[in-house]
Amino acid sequence: MMAILIDKSTRVLVTGLTGRIGSFHTQDMIAHGTNVVGGVTPGKGGTKHNGLPVFNTVKGAVAETGADLVICFVPPPFAADSIMEAADAGIKTCVCIADGIPAQDMIQVKRYMRRYKAEKRMRLIGPNCAGIITPGEAFAGLMPPSIYLPGRIGIVGRSGTLGYEAASQMKERGIGVSTSVGIGGDPINGSSFRDVLELFENDPDTDAVVMVGEIGGPQEAEAAAYIRDHMNKPVAAYVAGLSAPKGRRMGHAGAIVSAFGESAQEKVEILSEAGVTIVPTPSSFGGVVEKMVA
Amino acid sequence: MDIHEYQAKDLLKRFGVNVPRGGIAYSPEQAVYRASELSGDKWVVKAQIHSGARGKAGGVRICADESEISEAAQWMLGRMLVTHQTGPQGKLVSRLYIEEATKIAQEIYLGFVLDRKEERVVVVASAQGGMEIEDISANEPDSIIRSVVDPAVGMQAFQAREIAFSLGLDPALIPQAVKTITGCYRAMAELDANMVEINPLVVTQSGEIMALDAKMSFDDNALYRRPEISELRDKSQEDSRETFAEDRGLAYIGLDGEIGCIVNGAGLAMATLDMIKMAGGEPANFLDVGGGASPERVLMSFKAVLNDRNVEAILVNIFAGINRCDWVAEGVVRAYKELDLSMPLVVRLSGTNVDQGRRIIKESGLPIITAETLVDAANLVVNAWKDTKPAQKGAA
Repeated sequence: MMAILIDKSTRVLVTGLTGRIGSFHTQDMIAHGTNVVGGVTPGKGGTKHNGLPVFNTVKGAVAETGADLVICFVPPPFAADSIMEAADAGIKTCVCIADGIPAQDMIQVKRYMRRYKAEKRMRLIGPNCAGIITPGEAFAGLMPPSIYLPGRIGIVGRSGTLGYEAASQMKERGIGVSTSVGIGGDPINGSSFRDVLELFENDPDTDAVVMVGEIGGPQEAEAAAYIRDHMNKPVAAYVAGLSAPKGRRMGHAGAIVSAFGESAQEKVEILSEAGVTIVPTPSSFGGVVEKMVA
Repeated sequence: MDIHEYQAKDLLKRFGVNVPRGGIAYSPEQAVYRASELSGDKWVVKAQIHSGARGKAGGVRICADESEISEAAQWMLGRMLVTHQTGPQGKLVSRLYIEEATKIAQEIYLGFVLDRKEERVVVVASAQGGMEIEDISANEPDSIIRSVVDPAVGMQAFQAREIAFSLGLDPALIPQAVKTITGCYRAMAELDANMVEINPLVVTQSGEIMALDAKMSFDDNALYRRPEISELRDKSQEDSRETFAEDRGLAYIGLDGEIGCIVNGAGLAMATLDMIKMAGGEPANFLDVGGGASPERVLMSFKAVLNDRNVEAILVNIFAGINRCDWVAEGVVRAYKELDLSMPLVVRLSGTNVDQGRRIIKESGLPIITAETLVDAANLVVNAWKDTKPAQKGAA
């Protein structure tokens, strides 16, 4: 079984492996079946950390281990550099956890990734996200794997904890998840809702998708256009921030209403017009999904 | 982070942007003295607050002599200036900027933003300056010129020239306009600004291009590498509840309701506010305790929430991934005891170590209301809050 982005066979490399956060979550990832092949910490190459080989560079690690996915636990001031290093080393997917990367660094990252032809271009997930999980197979991130039941519903969301809310409500009703993807709360991020919806649409192991949006930015509206024009699988969506005041940044760097179409009400309307089933409250993920797949 | 007009002008000047001569004043006497240092026969007294639309609120006054300057300064200083951007409570004026008045021939709008669709810096300009950009795009949409900057090479002179010619500027003014536009871009890129707005950028009657107003806002995530920008922070312009929380590393936004909220994760925190509203209550704040919250951090969050005198009930909503419910529960119990809490408190815990967390709350013997789901939690806190109210008209 593959679902999307990650499974048991994915060879996972951890950048920032020897840090406190990196160490902790890597242990959890391994305990839940993830095939972690090593880590990168510049200057510690040739040593071992919790039994895993450590490399100085991503290229060096790829040559030795054949890694194809990087989970990046590097702190925000150095994360952009680490993402670009992964892109240049031929990594297929990079999941970046860091919350607090300067926006101009992300502009550089996105520009840098365009150097590579589309088929060789790395797929970036995040930053400022909880990661990705294919329940029962493998995960790269911070989520508690026990709240996910393996199954056939895809989840894509900006917020980590709201994604947990959706997954656990579904589990209570016996509904499982193919893959859950956190795209992160930053204004300039790697993969968009649209990008991940396209993966789910083409994934034979996914039957329907739950989307968890929030105020700010154009990505929910872009997703709505894609769903309307190109998707056959049903999509349910929740948008957080109905009560958020205009012009205030609500925790996530990207959660700010600054233009027309960016408020929760407007996004709900746009999605609903595109044929998306609206999840009216954060307590009704389970019920809405159950009805949608019945 | 926002800064004042005079600070933005000072920064932009270093990047080759032409600004009127001026000086800062903290008293009417200083204001008069500043004017005497400047040439000309008219001066502008400008209240320095973190808000636009100051003119309509009386925060910008053109004065012809010392007594007018003194009078304007007297009126502005110490005042809570209310604009449509400040909210009803307004913002305190404690600094004035005194400038020589400029004879205007033409007003232009010039803005630089991080565009989320392009994922690049976009320059927005219009020959219809003086109006706010929202009004320009509503009334004169065809006047708006947009130009996208490639971050690999930065803004090029030809792009600035294209903008300048599209604005219909006199060919003799093009070199000055190019210097101004590319200077603003460099300031934005090199200082990690999120936004630079010059409205209006003017052509003076003597043929100079000059920034009459200037607004800059900075990326909080980049302040660690811009110490000279961090120093420009003016806490008097912030909500004091937010200053307290921010100085302790908590993501907090003050709102107008009575129900205090402590939540982990920005998305879940937003959703919690929405649920409180749907249950018939009004949230007092947004607060994200973040990941790996220790009992001390939870205690600090309670202090931040209780800084708001309007808070009459509290909801704690935690879905622990990297957090641990037992740590959160310990923090909740400590806060209840140490802060002598006497208002209703509803706690909803889920995720990592939830059983230990719930046990700690139960064994504390404190009158803490617990909930298993978000919808229950929101309803319980709103009902408990309503119960604290003396019977009101219309209440059952």
